[in-house]
Amino acid sequence: MLSSIEPFLAVTDFNRPAIDWHAAAPELTLLGFGALITMIDIGWLERGRKLAAPLTSLALLATMVPIITLALSGEDRSMFDGGFVVDDYSLIIKAMFVLTGYVIVLISSHYIAEGDYWENEYYGLLLSSILGMILMASARDLISIFVALELLSIPLYMLSTWRKRDLKSNEAGLKYYLMGVFASAVMLYGMSLLYGATGSTLLTDVNEAVSATATPSALVVLGIIFVVVGFAFKVSAFPFHTWAPDTYEGAPTPVTAFISVASKAAGFVALMNLLFVGFFGRNDIFEPLIWALAAASMTAGNLMALRQKNIVRLLAYSGVAQAGYMLAPLAVASDVPDKALTASVTYLVIYAAMNLGAFAVVIAVARKTRSGLITSYRGLFRYAPGLTVAMTIFLFSLAGIPPLAGWLAKFRVMEAVIEADTTAGLVLGIFVALNSVIALYYYARIGFMMWAEEAPDGDLKPVSVPLPLGVALTITAVITVVMGIFPGDVLGRFTEVSLLAGG
Amino acid sequence: MLLNQFLLLSAVLFCIGVYGVLARKNGVLVLMSIELILNAVNINLVAFGALTADVGGEVFALFTIAVAAAEVGIGLAIVLLIYRNRRSIDLSEADLLKG
Repeated sequence: MLSSIEPFLAVTDFNRPAIDWHAAAPELTLLGFGALITMIDIGWLERGRKLAAPLTSLALLATMVPIITLALSGEDRSMFDGGFVVDDYSLIIKAMFVLTGYVIVLISSHYIAEGDYWENEYYGLLLSSILGMILMASARDLISIFVALELLSIPLYMLSTWRKRDLKSNEAGLKYYLMGVFASAVMLYGMSLLYGATGSTLLTDVNEAVSATATPSALVVLGIIFVVVGFAFKVSAFPFHTWAPDTYEGAPTPVTAFISVASKAAGFVALMNLLFVGFFGRNDIFEPLIWALAAASMTAGNLMALRQKNIVRLLAYSGVAQAGYMLAPLAVASDVPDKALTASVTYLVIYAAMNLGAFAVVIAVARKTRSGLITSYRGLFRYAPGLTVAMTIFLFSLAGIPPLAGWLAKFRVMEAVIEADTTAGLVLGIFVALNSVIALYYYARIGFMMWAEEAPDGDLKPVSVPLPLGVALTITAVITVVMGIFPGDVLGRFTEVSLLAGG
Repeated sequence: MLLNQFLLLSAVLFCIGVYGVLARKNGVLVLMSIELILNAVNINLVAFGALTADVGGEVFALFTIAVAAAEVGIGLAIVLLIYRNRRSIDLSEADLLKG
């Protein structure tokens, strides 16, 4: 059999690039489990229903194993001429995505099982989206960044339309889909211009070509602007945030939590890969752009959050503001590269824990009140003291009050923008400080309602919190508190990360 | 080499596509406008690839085509779902969520 194809093999001079199977093991494990869950769904139909959630949790725990062994081995690996890189930065991001996925499985198991919808597909799509995210952490090539972005977005469009007969869920999915696809089309146009200007899709080659000349060509300027704007949609930065509140409100709440944390983080990871590896020599173009996006996002997000009546919409606008804080260090990327990268990564990891926790409380409270209104949190302490304490921790952490983790995240951002020691950086620092004060008002208002006011109609029936949801709350609350008090002990050598340019 | 003509064509397609996305109210027409943008990208990639005799451009274009097919599949499914539930694909009527 082999001899019959040998003549054809002889005429090609194709040599398979060396593949480091250990470096690709997290992706391959997740791919295998995702395929298995889809197969079970197709073959066993209703009989496979009970298996879906445990198998998904197992898949995510199994994916953690190669991530941990790679972290222990400690060496930086790179494949395909530097198009796929595994280093400390990508490992901590991968671990964050996998843990986020695990918490999402915990908070969705009861929510999805209680609705009258198909379960297995939900978990298959979730795994496929997480696969795209961990691939994004290693992608250092325009093509693999694009493929990873679509791999993580396309399942999310379907997940946000999950409640098929609910008009709000339909609309949420439609808005997310149209904005997402439009943004990725614009980003692709930018990538095609960059490919034309540089003749390569590898980010290291792109950087070499774009920084070769003193003044950039029009192709490069347009290309960088389109790519950054494309990702600004993904991270829901102002003025490209319009889809976020609507999608968050209409989509099933666990999916909303996943979009607000993981999808936003994936957008940031792609942006950091591009800015620090691909466009680093052209900081004269991207820095003013990122500066404007950061300043506008935090101010507009906080001002619009002030007048929200629905808790999920409030978290959506607070997410826009938080995206502004995360963008801020990237605006001084060329002055303090390592500090800026560390600040953004720290913020991403901490934001994931505290925002997931806040959404877990929202899901738990909605099990009783069946309402998304902020006023439905009045008197929560009288009948659900545990949830009240948890929600207070998450909200105050989001506001950046010490000693909670959110404070550390803001501190790192401030440190980066101030140490840059430029006028732009200092002004951005003032923006961060002023916005933290505005944000405190709407976070603290919810806290006041929960602790000090009376429950509506004197209804003191306790909230039933299923075990997985309780575990999710515990994980996120512990991370939020511990990361704030002992940041160095938890992260170890991962407290300071730097981005390898291709390895 | 006729590179300028190709770039001009793709820029025109891109602009028509962006106009269509922003101005059209019909769900299917918006999907078609997005396809126009993606095809503008493909023209760019293939033209640049041919100019530098680099196969990377064609490979990128193939990935774009494959992913665009998946995207439009999802898009049509969502539009169909909305048509089933409300008997209309007018996007301006989708206004349940706002604030």
